Amino acid sequence: MKYFHLIWAALFRRKARTFFTLISILAAFLLFGMLDATRSAFDSGDSVIGVDRLITTSRYSIIQSLPVSLGEQMKAIPGVKDVGESNWFGGIYQDPKNFVLSFAVSDNYFDIYHEIQLAPEQRKAYENTRTGAIVGEALAKRFGWKIGDKIPLQSTIFPQRNGDKTWPFDIVGIYTAAPGAANGTDQQFFFHHKYFEDANAFRSIGTTVGWYNVRLNSANDADRVAKAIDALSANSDHETKTQTEQAFNASFAKQIGDIGLIVTAIMGAVFFTLILLTGNTMAQAVRERTNELAVLKTIGFSSHSVLYMVLAESVLLLVIGGVLGLGLAGVIVPIVAKGSGGMLNLPPVGTQTWLLGAVLMLVIGAIVGALPALRAMRLNIVDALAGR
Amino acid sequence: MKTFKKFLGGVLLLVIVVAFLVAWTAIPWQGVVLLAVVLAVWMVATRRGRQTWQVTRVGLSTVSQRIGSSSVVVVGIAGVVGVLVAMLAMSEGFAETLRASGNDHTAIVLRGGSQAELNSVLDRDSANVVVQAPGVKKGPQGRPIASGELVVVANLPRKGDPNSDSNVPIRGVSDDVWALRENVKIIEGRAFKPGLRELIVGKGAKGQFEGLDVGKSLRLAGQTWTIVGVFDSHDALDSELWGDTQSVASAYRRGSTVQSVTVLLDSPQAFDTFKASLAADPRLKVDVSTTQAYFSKQSEALTKTLRIVGITVGIIMAIGAVFGALNTMFAAIQARAREIATLRAIGFRGVPVVVSVMLETMLLALLGGVIGAGVVWLIFHNYTASTLGANFSQVVFQFQVGPALLWTGLKWALAIGFIGGLFPALRAARVPVTTALREL
Repeated sequence: MKYFHLIWAALFRRKARTFFTLISILAAFLLFGMLDATRSAFDSGDSVIGVDRLITTSRYSIIQSLPVSLGEQMKAIPGVKDVGESNWFGGIYQDPKNFVLSFAVSDNYFDIYHEIQLAPEQRKAYENTRTGAIVGEALAKRFGWKIGDKIPLQSTIFPQRNGDKTWPFDIVGIYTAAPGAANGTDQQFFFHHKYFEDANAFRSIGTTVGWYNVRLNSANDADRVAKAIDALSANSDHETKTQTEQAFNASFAKQIGDIGLIVTAIMGAVFFTLILLTGNTMAQAVRERTNELAVLKTIGFSSHSVLYMVLAESVLLLVIGGVLGLGLAGVIVPIVAKGSGGMLNLPPVGTQTWLLGAVLMLVIGAIVGALPALRAMRLNIVDALAGR
Repeated sequence: MKTFKKFLGGVLLLVIVVAFLVAWTAIPWQGVVLLAVVLAVWMVATRRGRQTWQVTRVGLSTVSQRIGSSSVVVVGIAGVVGVLVAMLAMSEGFAETLRASGNDHTAIVLRGGSQAELNSVLDRDSANVVVQAPGVKKGPQGRPIASGELVVVANLPRKGDPNSDSNVPIRGVSDDVWALRENVKIIEGRAFKPGLRELIVGKGAKGQFEGLDVGKSLRLAGQTWTIVGVFDSHDALDSELWGDTQSVASAYRRGSTVQSVTVLLDSPQAFDTFKASLAADPRLKVDVSTTQAYFSKQSEALTKTLRIVGITVGIIMAIGAVFGALNTMFAAIQARAREIATLRAIGFRGVPVVVSVMLETMLLALLGGVIGAGVVWLIFHNYTASTLGANFSQVVFQFQVGPALLWTGLKWALAIGFIGGLFPALRAARVPVTTALREL
C-alpha cells in the first residue's frame, strides 16, 4: 500500500490512453451487468425457498386440466404436507400490452408459498371477500394500485358466465416477497379459485384444476412422492407429470430459448476483446516505462516489488473500469426495465452480479498484467538503461 | 483567442463526426462503392493522392511490426460486428418465418379479443356463419373453401435432451387445408386420413423434437396416434403436428367447437367485404384479419425486443471498440511520429497524412468486420432454433444471415474505423514538425 501513489502515478502517466482503456473496460462491464441481469431474469429456478415443493401438471400438455378428485388422493400420500390448486387466468389490465401474471388459487396457496408475506389482517380480509385479490408489491407499484381499489382484469381465455370477459376484483392485500424468493415473485396477482369456478363460463365448481402445488415434509422425499403422485393416474386419460419447482421453472426458461447460452457467447466475445485490448495497453505502458522501471530497480526496488507494482497497476485499471461499468449498469438496468413496460422483467444488479464482476476484474487484471509484469521483473538494469 | 479557436475546432470536429454518422447510415451500398472509386481515382490521378498512397504504403508495411495493437482493432471490431449480426439474424429469421406463414388472400377469424388461437373458441354455429360470408371463395361443388382449426399443445422432449419438455402445437385441420395452404407439401410418407388417429409432422418440428419419424407412434391425451407423413411449408407451420380436426377435437373433448376458421378469399380485395359483413353480423363477436397481418403481428414483440437488445449491445460494444481503436492508432502514430514528421518536413502536406492514417484504420476495421460477419455467417446461417410463440407453443425458425445484414455489419465496422482513425490522424497532421522531430 505504501507504493500506492507510485502505482497511481504510473497508471495515469498517459492520461488519454488510460482514459480510453477505462472506457473500453467500462463498456465491457456495463454489458456484463446488463446481460447478467437478463440471464438471472430467465433463471428464476435458482431460488432455494421452493426446494420442498412439487408441481403436478398434466403429462400431455400444460393446457389440459386435472380432475379435482386427484387432490384428495395426493394428500393421502405419506410425505405430502399440503396440496394447493392453481389455475392460469391470462389476465390483462386495460391494454393487451399490460399483461398481468394472474392465477386463481386455493386458499392454502399462501401457506405453501410461504415466501409470499402478507399481513394477517389482509389475509383475513382476503378470505372474507369473494372477489378479493392479492397482488405483489412490484405489480401494485407498476399500475399504482392500492388496497381498496376495484380493478377490472380481462382474461384472454375465460369469459364469465354472462359472456363478459372483464372480471371485477377488489384489491384486499399487497404482499412482499421474502428475501431469497425467486425473481418475479412480487409481480403476481392471486385470487380465489372458488370465484374463478363460480363465475366461469367453462368451468364449474369442484371439477377441474389447472395444476397442483404440493408441499413436502422434507425435500429429500421429492423423488419418491413425485413417483407416487404420477402412479395415481398412470394409464388414465389424465396422466400427470410431477416435478420439483426448480425443474418446472427451468423447463419453462428453456422453452423461451437457450438465453443462457446466447448470453454466455456474447460475454465471451466481449471479454476476449477486453483482455486483448487491456493486455495490449499494459504491454505498451510497460514497454514505454522500461527506463523508469530500470531506475526503480537501480535505487533498490526488488524484482518482485516491480512485478507486484505492474500487476497492481493492471488490476487497479480493471477494478476502476469495472466498478464504474457495473455502477452504470445499476443505473441503466432499472431504466430499461421500466421503459419496456414490464415486458422485460429485469432484476436490479444484485450482490451476485457484483461478486462475479469483482472476481472477473481481479482475474482479468491479473491475466492481463502477468506478461508485462514478468517482463518488468526480468528487466536487466544495464540493458534497460542503455535502451537495448 | 487560441483556446477559443481550439474550442471551435473541437465543435467542428464533433459536427463532422455526427454528420458522417448520419450520412453513413443513410447511404446505400452503391454510394459507398462510388466513394471508394472516387478515392481510388483521386489517389491515382492527383499529386496529393499519389503522396497519400506513398504514405499509406509505408504505414501498411509496418503493420506487421505492430501486429499486437493492430489486432486489437481487428478483433474488437470483429466482436462488435459478430454480436450485432448474430442478434439481428435471429430477429430477422423469426420475423421472416412468421411473415412467410401468412398471405393476403386468406383470412383468419378468431373469437373477439383472443389475440392468439390458443385463447380462442368458436362454436359450430359461428363457424358456419363465418364460412358462408361474402368474399369467401367457393370450391368446385360450390362449397366455401375454409378450414375450421383447433390448436392444442403437447409436451414433447427436445432432441438429445429426453428430460426436457417443450410445448409442441398440434393442429387439427380440415380437408380444405391443402387448397388454403398451397405451399404445404408432403415430403415423406402420406397425408393423414380423416377420422383416424393419424398425424403428419412439420419438417422443423421433426428436426427439433424427439420421436417424430414416420411410422412412430405418439401418446396424446391418453390415446395412441401414428405419424404417417412429414410436410414442409417453409414457415411457422413447419413447427406443428397436423391431424384431422374431428379426431383432435374428440381426443381433447372439444365437442364441435373450433378455435379459428381460416378461409380462402375470392381475391385480396374481397377481404374488406368479408370483414365488414362479419362485423355487421349481430350473431358474431369475432376478430378478422388476413393471415399475413395475423402472423406478422405475432412476431412483432419478440422481433422488436431482439432488435433493441442487439443494437443496444452493439452500441455499447462499439463504444468500447472505438476507444480501443483510438488507443491503437494513437500508439501507432506515436511510434511513427518521427517518420511522419520527416515526411512533413520534406514537403508532404497534412491531407495525405490524415487520409493515410484514416485509410489504415478503416482497412483494419474492414478486415475486422469481414471476420466478424464471416464467422457469424459460417456458424449461424440457417442455424435452427425455437422459442415460445404466441400460441404458448414452440415456433421453429432459422437464423437468416442475409447480404443486407452482412452489409449492415460492414457499415458498422467502417463507421467505428472512421471515428477511431479520425482523431489520431488529425493529431498526426497537427503536431508541429519541430516538436515531433525533437520528441524521440
